[in-house]
Amino acid sequence: MADTSDIKKGFKMLIDGVPFAVVDHQFVKPGKGQAFVRTRIKNMMTGAVIDRTFKSGEKLDKADTEERTMQYLYPEGDARIFMDTQSYEQLSLSNEQLGESVYYLLDGTQVDVMLFEGRPIGVTPPTFVELTVTETEPGFKGDTSSNTTKPATLETGLQVNVPLFVNVGDKLKIDTRTGAYVERVKG
Amino acid sequence: MPAPADPTILQVLELRARLIDAIRRFFVERDFIEVDTPSIVPSPGMDVHLVAFEVRDPKGEQAGWLATSPEYQMKRLLSAGASRIFQLCRSYRGQEHGPHHEREFTMLEWYRADATSDDVIQDTEEMVAYVANALDQPAPELQPPWQRLTVDEALQFFANVGLDAMSNDEEGFFRLWAEEVQPHLGGERPVVVIDWPSSMASLAKLKQNGMADRFEVFFRGVELCNGFGELTDAQEQRRRFERDQAHRRAAGVSVYPIDERFLADLERGLPESGGNALGVDRLLMLLVGAGSIQAVMPFPAERL
Repeated sequence: MADTSDIKKGFKMLIDGVPFAVVDHQFVKPGKGQAFVRTRIKNMMTGAVIDRTFKSGEKLDKADTEERTMQYLYPEGDARIFMDTQSYEQLSLSNEQLGESVYYLLDGTQVDVMLFEGRPIGVTPPTFVELTVTETEPGFKGDTSSNTTKPATLETGLQVNVPLFVNVGDKLKIDTRTGAYVERVKG
Repeated sequence: MPAPADPTILQVLELRARLIDAIRRFFVERDFIEVDTPSIVPSPGMDVHLVAFEVRDPKGEQAGWLATSPEYQMKRLLSAGASRIFQLCRSYRGQEHGPHHEREFTMLEWYRADATSDDVIQDTEEMVAYVANALDQPAPELQPPWQRLTVDEALQFFANVGLDAMSNDEEGFFRLWAEEVQPHLGGERPVVVIDWPSSMASLAKLKQNGMADRFEVFFRGVELCNGFGELTDAQEQRRRFERDQAHRRAAGVSVYPIDERFLADLERGLPESGGNALGVDRLLMLLVGAGSIQAVMPFPAERL
């Protein structure tokens, strides 16, 4: 069994049957008093981040989680199908479980699938993906102000704000952590 | 996590040398003498939440513990007639690690005979302002006098609950203190927190109002020091040690022996006195605006 001395960024524990990952932690000890570990932890099922304070030395249940690199194959109803590139085993995650990640999935995209007690609960897409613009207003000629942006829709349905020079058919680099436009990709 | 203001290792060396030098000058100018006491001691301190490093001799026999503070030996020097003493030494505490904790850290401890905790609070105020000037970090917010706040007032103000309500729940008290109170203490200027519950008196005497004659200074949410009007009653001190031992036994942690020579010296006589223990690394961290005590140490354990 683990205890609070095992807590570090990314440590995964079970609280009331739900897996949580440590986002941040700090050891605190009021003078001559009981020591605590203050943590920010992320509910791995819902993504919600909460604060929780543990007594120093408190026993913790380690969450049985595993991350596996998999390839996105295709959509099937309200779900998406992934394949383990080593074992060729396939599994499915619902769009609800995938959340924002559905916007970063193209045929063949490599993702890290998080498994909790053997069942998939979510994926981490690559930090950057390249997606093609399917819809956006043409830029106004002669408008060079750099702060101005316009909305664009990408091939996966993702909506982003892009600079005025971006056109339909352009390939854009997107940061999947923020969902923001990074740059237009040449070629 | 490094803060923007974290100094380089060469700056750390220079800052530490200047700080230590300024502390020495401050106390020597006020007729204190510098003392040194051993690191390996027969009893490392009895507080229930302290974890000490055990020391074994080359044959594997138990040889004592690393001191968690030089308190017992310095008070024995008071009992032997010393009247103003200070010490800069390493102290060692196990299972404490974080931005304000390190298993081995530099402690400044000083004692005044025939003095009260108020005298020692005044030393603290003057010393901190003095060393800030010496480090070219003069800060108007450090100028004495600092605000006094009782534990009860701090709880009422920041957590909306009185000390009475927490009297039977020490863990609840510390949890509330760590979460709701301490992070807000001394945000603008250092604050002196006084009137601790008698159950947290440790080696402090009790005041006439029944509270412990103990103070702690907080600055920017960090505990800087812990001082006492010293308990001089040997019998009461023995009762508290025995109570601490019982608590440790009940908590399933190592039970440290009572330092009988310390108690014998208390019995022989300790003048009314005040003392304070201050974390030098924390002081430097706060003075230069670093993000952790590790940022102002040349070799914190994680870089050793």
